[in-house]
Amino acid sequence: MFRFSKSVIARSVAAFALISASTAGFAFDHFKGVGRQATPSEVKAWDIDVRPDFKGLPKGSGNVERGNELFEEKCASCHGSFGESNEVFTPLAGGTTKDDIKTGRVKGLSSGELPQRTTFTKVATISTVWDYIYRAMPWTAPKSLKPDDVYAILAYLLNLQEIVPGDFTLSDKNIGEVQKLLPNRNGMTTDHGMWPGAPAKKGGIGNGGIPDVKNTACMKNCKTEVQIGSTLPDYARTAHGELADQNRNFGPVRGTRTLGAEAAKPAAAANPALELATKNGCMACHGVNNKIVGPGYNEVVARYKDQPDAEGKLTAKVKAGGQGVWGSIPMPPNGHLKDEEIKTLVQWIMAGAK
Amino acid sequence: MSDLAKQPGHLKKAPENFLSDGQIEAVAAGRRDFLRKSFLAAGAAMAAPLAARAAEQGDPNILNLPEWSTTLGKPVATNPYGMPSKFESQLLRRESPGLARVGGASVSFCPLQGLFGIITPSGLHFERHHQGWQDVDPTKHRLMVNGSDESLLKKPKVYTMDELMRLPPVSRIHFIECGANTGLEWGNVAVPTVQYTHGMLSCSEFTGVPLKTLLEDCGVDYKKARYVLAEGADGSSMTRTIPMEMVESGEVIVAYGQNGEMLRPENGYPLRLVVPGVQGVSWVKWLRRIEVGDKPYATKDEAVHYIDLLPNGLHRQYSSIQECKSVITTPSGGQTLLNKGFFNVSGVAWSGRGKIKQVDVSFDGGINWKTARIEGPVQNKALTRFNVDWVWDGKPAILQSRAIDETGYVQPTYGQLRKVRGTKSIYHNNAIQSWKVVESGEVTNVQVL
Repeated sequence: MFRFSKSVIARSVAAFALISASTAGFAFDHFKGVGRQATPSEVKAWDIDVRPDFKGLPKGSGNVERGNELFEEKCASCHGSFGESNEVFTPLAGGTTKDDIKTGRVKGLSSGELPQRTTFTKVATISTVWDYIYRAMPWTAPKSLKPDDVYAILAYLLNLQEIVPGDFTLSDKNIGEVQKLLPNRNGMTTDHGMWPGAPAKKGGIGNGGIPDVKNTACMKNCKTEVQIGSTLPDYARTAHGELADQNRNFGPVRGTRTLGAEAAKPAAAANPALELATKNGCMACHGVNNKIVGPGYNEVVARYKDQPDAEGKLTAKVKAGGQGVWGSIPMPPNGHLKDEEIKTLVQWIMAGAK
Repeated sequence: MSDLAKQPGHLKKAPENFLSDGQIEAVAAGRRDFLRKSFLAAGAAMAAPLAARAAEQGDPNILNLPEWSTTLGKPVATNPYGMPSKFESQLLRRESPGLARVGGASVSFCPLQGLFGIITPSGLHFERHHQGWQDVDPTKHRLMVNGSDESLLKKPKVYTMDELMRLPPVSRIHFIECGANTGLEWGNVAVPTVQYTHGMLSCSEFTGVPLKTLLEDCGVDYKKARYVLAEGADGSSMTRTIPMEMVESGEVIVAYGQNGEMLRPENGYPLRLVVPGVQGVSWVKWLRRIEVGDKPYATKDEAVHYIDLLPNGLHRQYSSIQECKSVITTPSGGQTLLNKGFFNVSGVAWSGRGKIKQVDVSFDGGINWKTARIEGPVQNKALTRFNVDWVWDGKPAILQSRAIDETGYVQPTYGQLRKVRGTKSIYHNNAIQSWKVVESGEVTNVQVL
């Protein structure tokens, strides 16, 4: 039987190690003059993530009552006072039952009784909500909340969801107990083939990339009939505007004229105010002559035109947002707009938004 | 009568060319009485002595020299940063009405219906922002690499753009697709064109530093650190968990370059993560921080959104790979074929699991298939262009494409996909797309089961 001598083995191992090192990339502190050690204060300033095991969770506490105040002040304009609003974002609260809290599975997700999924019908980890509010909320002033504010707002949301009572104080000490009451805490599965890392059996996630759906590459007479499951509804054909104008007017095909030849009109002349309104999302909620989410500009003009200092009032509205004048749907604040931009917009609206 | 038909030198005199867009529409709607008049009018035009003489002589676009042949052109650097032709005003990024109510948390779709090859022009790259986009000052931008605790990384470090751009880079072509691409179509046909069905898809050459280079420079302990958290510098500071296996493979790039220039602000200028084959949400834009950890993070976009609802009420979490998929872009929904005859049918295929091996095209709704030509070289986890010849006989047809990747996975039908995942998944719809062609030449979106 052929056998390697010990020295041959030792040499091949050494050679292999050398190759591994060269393909493994670069060593620690390899690049002279590039990068420097982060200071503890720098890491503290940016390392704000909170994991499901609560690693990274700042100490602190907040109660439902304080959360209610903060929510009304900073969150309700988008989410509605009870986290129920579907006007700007999908609802935060609602859709779960006392029974779901017991089982940890939201029944409505499979029974079809749920009209719309809310945050609390989905989320299985309370850390996720804490982390997200702290890093990204409020919408127009992210990272302005203190940890105690986040505890309070989260306590209020948990109370809305009937997970905790009205006199509850949420803190880093008891958040682990609250986790055990989340209505959809058992509602996630990682048993799928779409995780690109190690599988669960090797300490990772999922089944190692095995697809759940199988097709075959049949080439001839693959079936006897073509079953059409769905066709484009008429409203959808025109809901995306004039398709003829979304294709070149030369080449192998043309865009189909969906709105009819009469609707074809020459491109409008440059309109800086309209561009400003479009660019900043105003037109997503306000039509020139119609209500969308908020009032049409024609309605705004009709209401304000005879009021003293209409321009000043509207400027303040645009800047700070508001709710109630036109119904319950809130308008978010627009702190990102410059004063002169708001002035341009308001004057344009008052002049008929042409 | 269309402008084409008035041109005496126009050589194709098929009836379709006598029709204006509106008349084509009328034919499609079954109103044909005016057709006779069109033919008469066209006949009269041909009979007129002047027109007839012109027609014999040829196309006025040839016979009468155009302005651009007889005048001085514009000097160099008139546009110091060049723009597309003024005639290219139709192919734009567009929103889908009603999809989102706030522009800062919305999507704009890439106009796939008019693009060629595999590279998406940077200005037409699809957008998905979670809290608006920012134009970040590169001289003030920093990338921090740290560990979830000190045992995972010897030295947490900070890199400036100056420093990152000194490191040995790689340049690679990869597709990026939003996990929710085609998500509107899970239950039924909902949108008219390929821009809205498949336009959360783009492909670019990205240049940057492999993330493993940085992690190793910081002294990562691969044995303990099996996950990476990527975090953005914008208001949303978006975060996602990425497996260390992908980082170790060298595929994950901390990129600053896109198609030869810096990233565009809407795509994460000056720094974004490139995670080939994985859904776009993991390609964190305005990348400010990388944390290595020993557990996944369950961030908002992997615990509230980007989770796939199954019929049994469970959500799939950490679903990341974009499975093999393809779509015909020309002709496609919302387009009209001008007349019968030869067409090049063209589309793109891609797979998050590697290279595209084969694309088959059907013209009869999936009964028979023909293998398409693949334009090479085929790149790993990149868009792959396919073309196939087609002579349209003017009869109804249903066009489909079906991609196969190097793992042997065959793109599924709607029927196959729904059987396992139902219709409420939102994410990861990679079903075979069907376009129906009717006699008028109009192409519409249909679903074949």
